[in-house]
Amino acid sequence: MFVASAFAQEAADHAAGETHTETGAEGGHGGGFPPFLVETYPSQLLWLAITFGLFYLFLKKVVLPRIGSILEVRRDRIAQDLDQAARMKEEADAAVAAYEQELAEARKKASAIAQEARDAAKAEAEAERRRVEAGLESKLAEAEQRISAIKSSALSDVGAIAEETAATIIRELIGADVDRASLEAAVKASRQ
Amino acid sequence: MATDPIHQFQISRLIPIEIGGLDFSFTNASAFMVATVVAAGAFLYLTTSSRGLVPGRLQSVSEMSYEFIASMLRDAAGSHGMRFFPFVFSLFMFVLVANLFGMVPYFFTVTSHIIVTFALALLVIGTVIVYGFWKHGFGFLRLFVPQGVPAVLIPLVVAIEVVSFLSRPISLSVRLFANMLAGHITLKVFAGFVTSLSALGVAGVAGAVLPLAMTVALTGLEFLVAFLQAYVFAVLTCMYLNDAIHPGH
Repeated sequence: MFVASAFAQEAADHAAGETHTETGAEGGHGGGFPPFLVETYPSQLLWLAITFGLFYLFLKKVVLPRIGSILEVRRDRIAQDLDQAARMKEEADAAVAAYEQELAEARKKASAIAQEARDAAKAEAEAERRRVEAGLESKLAEAEQRISAIKSSALSDVGAIAEETAATIIRELIGADVDRASLEAAVKASRQ
Repeated sequence: MATDPIHQFQISRLIPIEIGGLDFSFTNASAFMVATVVAAGAFLYLTTSSRGLVPGRLQSVSEMSYEFIASMLRDAAGSHGMRFFPFVFSLFMFVLVANLFGMVPYFFTVTSHIIVTFALALLVIGTVIVYGFWKHGFGFLRLFVPQGVPAVLIPLVVAIEVVSFLSRPISLSVRLFANMLAGHITLKVFAGFVTSLSALGVAGVAGAVLPLAMTVALTGLEFLVAFLQAYVFAVLTCMYLNDAIHPGH
């Protein structure tokens, strides 16, 4: 309803506005549809030009360079931090590689030392074994020698004991001594 | 008068000024232009004054609006278009803040006046024409002759292009003006229903629930429209500026 009446008034006001005869009601511009009141246009245009112009200059000279520099600084900082991170990662990778190489070397060295120690131990054990074997062999030979000596002495004693025994037996049996030479011959003959 | 939906658009003189028979009075519209500019400028200035490397919430808002408009302009008009960045950013902020100010009860909506939106639209088109001729000379007129059109059709296509170019300031300004005007009138009408119905007694109060719900919903919609129209204005400005920078389609 109000809209309709406003539109109805508008045409008349429009004509009035164009001739600048419209006087303001209630401290402002008169009735009619306010956006189409031509007599308000100069004021609106002037103040729009002033406010928007100052706003544009203020943004262009102060605000936008400032925000731009903030974003720039941040972008630089992020790029710098990324660079630093990449460099640190490279350093870390190099350190890992060096560590692994050192580890491999140490492992190689350790296995060499172990091999050496094993070889030395083996050689020593071999030498000890040889020494012990040699000692045993000489002892064996000595023992064999002693055995054969004992054996031969024992065997040489057998004849004398047999002669003694035979002489004693004969004396007991016939009560007469037999001559030593024939006894010896008889014993020797029986041992053959 | 309180329920008159047109009353909110009325302009009243605060400080009468008259120069050469023309009325240049400082009006409520002028006051809200000043308020719009001061609020937007102060917000952008104060929120970025700490220059935080890690932005706070408000600084983020300023930075986001900066990057929003910057990427919009770069996408539409390329890196050459960035010379117009302060212009597009000012337009967007002015229209956005003026629209949002209009959402405050009892506040005047600067962009609900066709002369204001038309002046802004003419500023855009004027910039396009001046920069286009300054940069490309008569080559700017290639804008009206799309490539790859059969020779027979060229007069027709050129006529259509010229008409569409001339209608741009009108469509640009009327779109913003009409949206703000219609939205505010609708809000006022529905809100007026609430008061006039609830004056009718218990049944009226019950009946006022529906227009009240509409008013609430429309308020939300109007906030969307306030942002959307500022966005549309800025996007179209970017596209028109692209024509000035790259006239050969």
